[in-house]
Amino acid sequence: MGTRPHKGLEIDGFTLGEQLHKGGFATIWEVTNARFRTPMVMKVPTILDGDDGPTIVGFEVEQMIMPRLSGPHVPRVMGIGDFDVMPYIVTEKIEGGSLLDTFLKAPLPLSDLIEIMARMVQAVADIHRQHVIHLDLKPENFLQRPSGEMVLVDYGLSRHAQLPDLLAEEFRIPMGTYPYIAPEQFLHCRDDPRSDLFALGAMTYALATGKLPFGSPEKLRGVRKRLWRDPIPPRAHRPELPEWLQEIILRALEVDPMRRYQSAAQMAFDLAHPAQVTLTARARKLKQDGWLQVYDRWKVARRIRSFRPPDFIGAQMAAVPIIVVAVDLSPEGEKLANTLRRQIKRMLVTEPDARIACVNVIKTARLGIDQMTDDHGTHLHVARLVQLKAWAEEIELTEDRLTFSVLEGPDPGQAIIDYATQNNADHILMGARGHSTTRRYLGSVSAQVVAEAACSVTVVRLRDGQAEAPVETAAEAEAVS
Amino acid sequence: MRLAIVTDIHGNREGFEAVLADASARGAERIVILGDIVGYGPDPEWCVDRCARLMEEGAICLRGNHDNAAAGAKEAMSPLAQAAMDWTVQALSPGAKEFLGRLPYTARIGDMLFVHASANAPEDWNYVTSDTKAIGSFRATDARLIFCGHVHLPFLASCDRQGMVREQPFRTGLPIPLIRSRRWLAVVGSAGQPRDGLAQAGWALMDSAANELTFRRTPYDFGAVAAKTRAAGLPEELAQRLIGGR
Repeated sequence: MGTRPHKGLEIDGFTLGEQLHKGGFATIWEVTNARFRTPMVMKVPTILDGDDGPTIVGFEVEQMIMPRLSGPHVPRVMGIGDFDVMPYIVTEKIEGGSLLDTFLKAPLPLSDLIEIMARMVQAVADIHRQHVIHLDLKPENFLQRPSGEMVLVDYGLSRHAQLPDLLAEEFRIPMGTYPYIAPEQFLHCRDDPRSDLFALGAMTYALATGKLPFGSPEKLRGVRKRLWRDPIPPRAHRPELPEWLQEIILRALEVDPMRRYQSAAQMAFDLAHPAQVTLTARARKLKQDGWLQVYDRWKVARRIRSFRPPDFIGAQMAAVPIIVVAVDLSPEGEKLANTLRRQIKRMLVTEPDARIACVNVIKTARLGIDQMTDDHGTHLHVARLVQLKAWAEEIELTEDRLTFSVLEGPDPGQAIIDYATQNNADHILMGARGHSTTRRYLGSVSAQVVAEAACSVTVVRLRDGQAEAPVETAAEAEAVS
Repeated sequence: MRLAIVTDIHGNREGFEAVLADASARGAERIVILGDIVGYGPDPEWCVDRCARLMEEGAICLRGNHDNAAAGAKEAMSPLAQAAMDWTVQALSPGAKEFLGRLPYTARIGDMLFVHASANAPEDWNYVTSDTKAIGSFRATDARLIFCGHVHLPFLASCDRQGMVREQPFRTGLPIPLIRSRRWLAVVGSAGQPRDGLAQAGWALMDSAANELTFRRTPYDFGAVAAKTRAAGLPEELAQRLIGGR
């Protein structure tokens, strides 16, 4: 660790430019390298002489996790420096700034808030899918690309479910950022992806009200209070906020992880379907809970050592899937209805927490005037929605686990695929038309979905000559995502 | 370079063959055998012969305590191991014994050290079963990565810049980045006599370019080996052990 960063330093082909930022634990430098044309930055930890275990371990964790992440929500890694010379990580430079400025402008107009939060939740869902829990989500750690995607940075406290947790053995590490950390993090839990959802809830609260749900405690002791004290409901600060938004925020801020959203994908789903968020007492409350209730919670909380642990992240994600069911409401599709519903029930047995999203596609003209925009079109849309709800009645699932969407598009297969992708669906369930002339001439929608979807697809089909009696699943295809 | 690290074969031909086939399917370019080719199992001669041929093709092959005993050295052993060793000695050809007697105790490729048991005093066959017992190995060498066997139970420890040695949990089949700011010691599981309750052959794949280690398990026909163990007149306990993986 002989080398210290300075302007003009050349190391492993990188040349340091201006210092862009100086933080408590690291400095950020502009760097260039003949091999890469994209603008890049180098992060160098500020390691004090002698024993500086926590900083070193945090940087080791970051060096270990970041190269394993990919996709638009993570900065691309270009180089990693050896501790023997000078530890560093070089990544692409994200041109848009961090969300800190946006948060300083809070409270935001509702439409901006939803847009920003949906993108933030999407980024978190993406790293969770890659087996990483961030554990230090805060506005400074979200950067926004000019194209709009949020990029998550700073993985120094993160946990990769499939890698050794080097931080678990360190007792001196900072625990996260006090205004946003989940109660279980205070109890030293480092393996619950739902901790990130709590932080997202705290940030949504801040964007919606301009206030922090638990203030900004300066000492760790101040974090403990959130184990029993509920925040002032957002609508008490800003009565015009919709009930559904308060429902989403307070659900994410539940003390017991089991009562929160169980995955970021599910939270993103609610943000994308506000009209169908199931409202509970949480949505309507305008005051903090009474002192007796808080006292009861305090009695329990002061003894609590941990919450029920989740399974490892992968299992956790798989256990709360979003299943998209593509429903054909035409007379031909009716024949398959029972089989399709039976298949849904069967899937709910093995995955009891699954969320079922029923969709129907109205095929629009590929060219010419879009007929769906006139009065008749609106009427058709509502009619389909009513039919879709009637279709799903027999599934006997509570409202909060069922959603209905009527999609429009010239290409029904593509509409289903796009909907599934946008909503992080884990599985698509649909029927296939029988051997009909329609299929021969128009091609098969299910074949298109099986071939192009990013998730698993199950196609249900009636056997030849069989009118009513249902048949087992026809095909299950695991598509490469 | 991708290295397949195999250890404690113990005369189990089926387990050894399964590992070699799996390693080759996963792109292993070089084989390193950390010793204990013989002892316990019914096919010591075949396993020695296979190791000799692998060495001709560039493999590294080290000596374990059972190999040492089979070559004629005096080794302290449990009664069960001794009974099996008596059988092994009479089953091996003089050529095989001579081969075992010539094997080295340690080998080194770049920053990697290979040894059968603890790297301090390789000839004493100390077991590395915990982070404290791994300290000696880290002190005995300047190698960044140490690979050993002997225990039959896979294990991983890291040594950080302050010299603190700690066990690192891992999951079989998932690559672990052996980050360069630390030194690492891996005990590879046994190919021929697994003892962690899973009757599958253990080995490890080290990808030195990616700097990643993967502990692996490969299913093999343990029933056939158990039958051969009985037919050879080896103690019944050894057949049972293969079936239960204990």
